[in-house]
Amino acid sequence: MDVSPATLRHFADLFHARTGQELAAGRRWRIETALRPLLRNHRIDSLDRLAGAVAGGGDTALADAVVDALLNNETSFFRDGATFRQLEERLFATFAAARAQSRRLRIWCAGCSTGQEAYSVAMMIAATPDRWEGWRIELTGTDLSGRAIAQARDGVYSPFEIQRGLPIRDMMRWFEPDGENWRAKADLRARVTFSPHNLLDPPPAGLRADIILCRNVMLYLAPDRRRHLFASLASVLADDGVLMLGAGETVLGQSDLFVPDTTMRGIYRRA
Amino acid sequence: MKTCLVVDDSKVIRKVARHILETLHFNVEEACDGREALTRCTAAAPDVVLLDWNMPVMSGMEFLRALGTSGVSRRPKVVFCTTESGVAHIRAAIDAGADEYVMKPFDRETLQSKLSLVGMA
Repeated sequence: MDVSPATLRHFADLFHARTGQELAAGRRWRIETALRPLLRNHRIDSLDRLAGAVAGGGDTALADAVVDALLNNETSFFRDGATFRQLEERLFATFAAARAQSRRLRIWCAGCSTGQEAYSVAMMIAATPDRWEGWRIELTGTDLSGRAIAQARDGVYSPFEIQRGLPIRDMMRWFEPDGENWRAKADLRARVTFSPHNLLDPPPAGLRADIILCRNVMLYLAPDRRRHLFASLASVLADDGVLMLGAGETVLGQSDLFVPDTTMRGIYRRA
Repeated sequence: MKTCLVVDDSKVIRKVARHILETLHFNVEEACDGREALTRCTAAAPDVVLLDWNMPVMSGMEFLRALGTSGVSRRPKVVFCTTESGVAHIRAAIDAGADEYVMKPFDRETLQSKLSLVGMA
């Protein structure tokens, strides 16, 4: 399919304006692959015509669909196992002691994609019912992609998705067959609240967090958007709260609002 | 380098699995049924066995039970890799001692993930 450089630039600009994410010139090939199903569904015969349809805010629903299709929703259960082990073995124990009076723990998975990370946290909490007996655990997953949030709420995963990172015993404990797919059981789904949210916007109203997982989001953002997002996350994080970033991400040189935890990799505290 | 024994009566599946496993830096051995796999494990146990369920001569489940009583000095990790994706089959495999379970078809990410879960990748 012939695509003009101007059209590719147009989609990259639209994507950046909505998400703050850069679609680097070397990765623009992805645009054509990602948007092909959209062209088919809307019976539009070229990317140039699609660009024309969304130009100047002509069709906002279509523009939303374009942005959604271009988002990278790559995720898996218990991604970066060492990070989750730290959460389970150290941070949960710390917060269980620190919040023993209020018995309330608030966790925000910011940029949760299709929900695997939030469900991983939920399964870890559910694995130690004695520790959390009588607690109010508020586990919130948000993502810009309406498509991803819809899947997260349904809790339905393909055989390929369900087999990435999830031990078979956990799959059998927390999921059930749903045709060819596997669906989170009602008990697990009830432990997480998913809602759409753009991380470039102010944090969801009323949301405060003790633990924020914002993993593999920063790496796609331009430096100024990263600073903005760090400030936004800091504004809702408890004074003794922690921020968990992805394996390839850091606050160093990006924000002075957080400092690395000296004993746990990928964990950051308010400065 | 860890050794993975691929047990499957399909030559195509063995070839695909070998290719993926070699990219994951495994030394790969092959067997086309449970009996042959048991002989290999008794001679020199691999680190992990990637095990089909339905095979002639000796099935994957028969192999797993026989492995438990074979007296091999170092029991390998056993990862079922099968088209049997029903709850009853998965439950039976876990009860019989399988360490992990791959539902076919599989790709590189699936195999890497499951091998990682049993400490092999």
